Amino acid sequence: MKTIRIGSGAGYAGDRIDPAVDLVEHGNIKYICFEALAERTIAIALLQKQQNPKKGYGQFLEERMEAILPYCAEKGVVMISNLGAANPVAALKKTVSIANEKGIKHLKIGAVVGDDVLEYLKDSENIVWETGEPVKELKEKLISANAYLGVEAILPALRQDCNVIITGRVADPSLFLAPMVHEFGWDINDWHRLGAGTAIGHLLECSAQVTGGYFASPGLKDVPDLLNVGFPIAEVDEEGTAVITKLAQAGGMVTKRTCKEQLFYEIHDPSNYLTPDVTADFSEISLLQEAKDRVRVLKATGRQRPDDLKVSLGVKEGFIGEGEISFAGYGALERAKMSREIVKERIKKMGVKTNDYRAEIIGYNSLLGGITEIDGIEPLDVRLRVAAKVDTKRDAERIGEEVENLYLNGPAGPGGARKYVRPLIAAYSTTIPRKQIKLDVIIKEVV
Amino acid sequence: MTRKIKLYHLAHSRAGDKGEVTNISLFPYDESNYEILKAKVTADVVKKHFQGHVRGDVVRYEVPSLHGFNFVMYGTRPGGVAAALDLDSHGKGLCFGLLELEIDMP
Repeated sequence: MKTIRIGSGAGYAGDRIDPAVDLVEHGNIKYICFEALAERTIAIALLQKQQNPKKGYGQFLEERMEAILPYCAEKGVVMISNLGAANPVAALKKTVSIANEKGIKHLKIGAVVGDDVLEYLKDSENIVWETGEPVKELKEKLISANAYLGVEAILPALRQDCNVIITGRVADPSLFLAPMVHEFGWDINDWHRLGAGTAIGHLLECSAQVTGGYFASPGLKDVPDLLNVGFPIAEVDEEGTAVITKLAQAGGMVTKRTCKEQLFYEIHDPSNYLTPDVTADFSEISLLQEAKDRVRVLKATGRQRPDDLKVSLGVKEGFIGEGEISFAGYGALERAKMSREIVKERIKKMGVKTNDYRAEIIGYNSLLGGITEIDGIEPLDVRLRVAAKVDTKRDAERIGEEVENLYLNGPAGPGGARKYVRPLIAAYSTTIPRKQIKLDVIIKEVV
Repeated sequence: MTRKIKLYHLAHSRAGDKGEVTNISLFPYDESNYEILKAKVTADVVKKHFQGHVRGDVVRYEVPSLHGFNFVMYGTRPGGVAAALDLDSHGKGLCFGLLELEIDMP
């Protein structure tokens, strides 16, 4: 039976690059897919594009292209990535210029467009899931609207033999499912195989999270050579079953346990995992450890895809201001608590209007407050953290300033104050009918 | 005779996020403990355990073929990862919150 080998090149925007290079160098893979676009990244990229029309593509595009393009040109590897972010066409042009600079030839680069639906949606009555209000009520706060595209957006580029494919917003598993549909000629309504392939894509889309990353806990769950953890490879067959594996020389491991955890990662009902391509069903999946670092994924399936596409909305909501300061030794927790009260009252007294406010003590209750707080045990190394949502940048700065002011005006022994300000771009969701999406692929050759 | 035991001795877990929803998986190390976890780690128990972290419902999905559970907690981290003020805005650490749950083992 025909099989293809697909590698995972990145699981988030800032992911490591060298494990992807190891895969194209030693993995005997035909495809390498990079999921490198977080929910809010695209809104930030759009702001960059508004300032400079040549920008607005994903972070580390240059580094990733320089590292991977030679293998697309010389070893026949096909690279698929959502690194186009808010501007796949600018990403295409940048990639062409990188190829020219480096003297890399034999590239056919496709930019997939059509996910940007801001013009259509901004005045629409479509309901925002989080607020229950129509999209048009967001007015000038709405800065981006991108539909999650599926395999149908990528297939035309594959059929035209592109060896580098750059998209904007595409559902993560679809990046991996597209080459399966293309290679095996699966029908776009073959829900069973599309569901099976989506399970494989889902296992690959977070890179090392299936090969031993986000898993180790010394003594409970040990992972060999986590330092050198490798990215995963799927050997997929035409029935849509696959073996998840990794390079023998790479660190990490592929076990039933690593696969189980990743299979449920970021999903809700395992029998109804919605993507643009299919309603995938993971509820009958079985995993088989065939050999060391080889897990076979069986019995994933699917049903008809959803009618509408999910859209991610980038919404500007002011700023977040943060401040942190540490306390150590005898009475550290009491001094941190005293500081927490002082900062809270000072922010009120100074007339800073906060839309949301949070103060927590790192080393005591910042992550699992109420669950792991143990009264009677005195931590001797704690850090107060204050964070607030405010309307203006100036007010955001004042949050950190009030924390920093504790140096001279607060309890004894404060250390290591830090302050941060960042624009607050929330990611909301809505849906759009498929017929409103106008897909296209723009191709440039470097010969 | 029963003994109290924390879940981290019995099971492993991973937390993921989508908007203001956190999902936490739970898999017994020894697959034969699936039925015990099914009886003891109910959606109600998990909701109570996470009070202060979860504003909405907790739904438990069971997948016997993987001997696993998926707890979906609605209304965590206001605003989701992009906007939440939580230090751990993804809520990734919440899986170790679930593993702090103590159950009675027969």
